[in-house]
Amino acid sequence: MKKDIILAGVGGQGLLSIAAVIGEAALKSGLLIKQAEVHGMAQRGGVVQSHVRLSDKPIYSDLIKAGSADLILATEPLEALRYLTFLKEGGMVVANSVPFKNVDPYPGEEEIRARFETLPHHLLIDAIAIAKEAGSALCANMVVLGAGSPFVGIPDDALCAAIKQVFSGKDKKIIETNLKGFSLGREASLDATGTN
Amino acid sequence: MTTKLLLGDEALAQGALDAGLSGAYAYPGTPSTEITEYIQRSVRAENLDVHCRWSTNEKVALEEAIGMSYAGKRAMVSMKHVGLNVAADPFINAAIAGANGGLLVSVADDPSMHSSQNEQDSRLYTDLALVPCLEPSNQQEAYDAPAYAFDLSEQMNIPVLIRLTTRLAHSRSVVKLGQTRGKNKLAPPRDRNQYILLPTNARGSYLDLIARQPQLLAESEHSPFNRYEDGPDKTRGIIASGIGYNYVQEVYNGACTHPLLKISQYPIPVKQVQRLFAECEEVILFEEGYPYIEAKIRGLLGDRDATIRGRLDGTITRTGELNPDIVARALALPQSDGLTNPSILVPRPPALCPGCPHADTYRALNAAMDRFPQGRVFSDIGCYTLGALPPHEAIDTCIEMGASITMAKGASDAGLAPAVAVIGDSTFTHSGMTGLLDCVAEDAHVTIIILDNLTVAMTGGQESNATNRLAAICSGLGVSKEHIKTIIPLPKHHDENVRIIGEEIAYEGTSVIIAVRECVQTLRRHARKGGAK
Repeated sequence: MKKDIILAGVGGQGLLSIAAVIGEAALKSGLLIKQAEVHGMAQRGGVVQSHVRLSDKPIYSDLIKAGSADLILATEPLEALRYLTFLKEGGMVVANSVPFKNVDPYPGEEEIRARFETLPHHLLIDAIAIAKEAGSALCANMVVLGAGSPFVGIPDDALCAAIKQVFSGKDKKIIETNLKGFSLGREASLDATGTN
Repeated sequence: MTTKLLLGDEALAQGALDAGLSGAYAYPGTPSTEITEYIQRSVRAENLDVHCRWSTNEKVALEEAIGMSYAGKRAMVSMKHVGLNVAADPFINAAIAGANGGLLVSVADDPSMHSSQNEQDSRLYTDLALVPCLEPSNQQEAYDAPAYAFDLSEQMNIPVLIRLTTRLAHSRSVVKLGQTRGKNKLAPPRDRNQYILLPTNARGSYLDLIARQPQLLAESEHSPFNRYEDGPDKTRGIIASGIGYNYVQEVYNGACTHPLLKISQYPIPVKQVQRLFAECEEVILFEEGYPYIEAKIRGLLGDRDATIRGRLDGTITRTGELNPDIVARALALPQSDGLTNPSILVPRPPALCPGCPHADTYRALNAAMDRFPQGRVFSDIGCYTLGALPPHEAIDTCIEMGASITMAKGASDAGLAPAVAVIGDSTFTHSGMTGLLDCVAEDAHVTIIILDNLTVAMTGGQESNATNRLAAICSGLGVSKEHIKTIIPLPKHHDENVRIIGEEIAYEGTSVIIAVRECVQTLRRHARKGGAK
């Protein structure tokens, strides 16, 4: 088993929580992991990305090679496209469709959608709407993780257990909302990829 | 056996704790901050009463660590690469005095300047100080390094530098924890002259430091952190230091066909380098940072030596961090390029957070400066450096910690008026106070705005030693009471703030305006904590 995953988003969207959940789940599943992330100045509303590498064999590099990522998982559509050089042939791109427009000019949404349409394996979901359905727009990151979960290579119950672990210091209600967001995101993903 | 998923920074911290650390000293700085934050969160550190409060700057942090080492206990000081410039004086002189309790200086370099103004390589400082250096390749080595380095420090009576780089500092992996050991007992040095670096003592200590160099080299030659891995294909040999080793292993999938010398302990193991050159037709070097080993091997006359390849002959980019693609390309290994990024991509630069107090201060400052088009604003290091970017474009300089007040004074000395300095609360106590004293001593025409958001914000909201002390510090340094003003940077106070800033800029002496409002990030965190109670 070997999965190289690029996580992409904007500072403040909870990308590092996604990374923490995958890391925790991988650890509990007996997998080896390397997970590189960005801290500091770059986090202030700027681009945030993380390289997550899972394997049952030793992993050497903390960074993913160009053209070798199995999955790009993004909390923002433009940010998903920023890392296409990392995607391997046949790789999957799962992204939140709702743009985060803190730059001007921001590219047209039609253009972004058109670029996604050229990708053989992709899934755009409205993670904000689904998160609100789960109880709070703040769990959009867990919706995105849920939508990407069929491609992560870790059983979903391990990911759910990891969500409980990572958010263990929070209110019960917050944990439930995040679990609900994850499961709605996963359902949306299975529905979409099942009917494709 | 216990395993943990840890950042390189955290692995180093856990390693130090398990190796009998008594005191961690640090000033926050990316990518080193998480070393001390981990110790602050650690139950083990709390149970063992390990000192782990933030220091006011890197120099005082290192001196406090030297004091703990003097008392016989194990101490570690942590900082980012440019922090070692601030701490260079105690670093180089501590090497001459030696170490009583084990003394580690952990420095995280930032090649590619993800969060820094330069990419200086801390290994060069070890040449000045004549101290050994460990450069872990992965998280496990980052965990293992402190125990080894404490022993080396205590046996060889010398501080040890541990160098991390951004990718290792901020990458997580599974780490196997080792045995723990207790703290040292209080045991100040018996020789009362050891730490008195009067020239008459220092000359002897320096000779002694030089005399220990061959033994330090011997330690390197036999170090478990250095390894000569033979390979059948001698057309090429590879030297890979620190995290560079991982990238070489990655591109060969763990089965490098060439002889590979891994270097993670310095001084450079000369015999192993000699063996590689004797056995291989050419040698290629992969170093994260400066071409430090490469330059030493080339020497003054080796710049045209075609059998040495690295950053100096253009085989590898001269600047920036390594990655597996750069390494694969340099080794002419097959690569995949992936898809092309679309042309519609736009950069997304970092920006001040919505509601940030600095933004309101900059709006007021810009409005006040409209009356003084010939004026300049000298800024400093922190979130507020982002005031250089649109829509604020409020500042003219940013060089290093503390340079706002001092540069403003120098420019004012030259006749530039008005000269305004903008500096954060923690940066002010880090290295702004001494410059303010110079301003006061000459009553220089400098207007200093201290942006007091009650925290060290850029690095994630650490406690600032400046909090609730700024007005008293300025007054104590001699700024007249009438010219220490406090404003609250909020849109509703905009007109009043513009007026106050304008008045103080017009005043032809030293004045300080303290703009106080809590960082929105820490405010949110505090509100959440308050709500949970």
